[in-house]
Amino acid sequence: MLAKPRFRWLPMPYHSILLLVTWLLLNNTLAPGHLVLGTILALGIPLLTSGLSHPQPALHKPVKTARYALMVLGDIVTANVEVARQVMGPLDQLHPALIAMPLDIEGDLPITLLASTVSLTPGTVSSEVSQCRKFLYIHALSMTDEAELIATIKERYEKPLMEIFSC
Amino acid sequence: MNFILELVVSVFLLVGGIFILVGSIGLMRLPDFFMRLHAPTKATTLGMGGLLIASMILFTLREPGHISVHELLITLFLFITAPVSAHMMAKTALHQKLKMISRTRGQALVEPASQQMAPSGETVESGKS
Repeated sequence: MLAKPRFRWLPMPYHSILLLVTWLLLNNTLAPGHLVLGTILALGIPLLTSGLSHPQPALHKPVKTARYALMVLGDIVTANVEVARQVMGPLDQLHPALIAMPLDIEGDLPITLLASTVSLTPGTVSSEVSQCRKFLYIHALSMTDEAELIATIKERYEKPLMEIFSC
Repeated sequence: MNFILELVVSVFLLVGGIFILVGSIGLMRLPDFFMRLHAPTKATTLGMGGLLIASMILFTLREPGHISVHELLITLFLFITAPVSAHMMAKTALHQKLKMISRTRGQALVEPASQQMAPSGETVESGKS
């Protein structure tokens, strides 16, 4: 028989922080009243919903995560400029392609993050993941070399994500 | 409100507007569904970013002692929803086997992808990891 999990007053600390920050941002204020109300919500909602959450691999490397987020942000800017240029340029110079990228990364959350990153960055949209979770299908707007594209994604996004989740 | 502030805000608004316009032009100009997906998911993200930065600067500096940062929340929601909706649309398009323009490489992958199988087509270990 499974032992009843110990009751915890703070089941999801990161979610609590996120909820409080979101509440304060939504109201666009730092007024004491909203701080109190936000704190009550940030403590109360996780107590009610923690039973619904799926266990996810924990984040152990906040610095690496922040650096990854900043890098992705920078890449989004370059991606936008790049795509804008391709869209406005001659269309017959675009070489669209559908590729299958073998995944080394495991777990639903890491794969989701990788797929989202791929969608937000230069010229690629992730379109499907195989049922065995070993291949990610990617549509590229303009691809010169398949091996090079896969190598770039692996080196630039998959490796840091694997380090972050240490898998 | 001084001139410099107006200038900076206008530049951000213009840049944002241009990127959103380019996204819409791409939506109209690109030849097939999969390629069209690229324009709105990317170009508009930066366009929205420009508009939101302009809004943050304007409302923070217009009244002294008033900080406006709830635009960050829009950015957060945009970053969460944009790739997910793009993925869902691409996935649906694959399953519907929408036509890609003929020079698209790797079209053989449409079949296994729509079955959620590995690219070789054979049923590799089907157990979920």
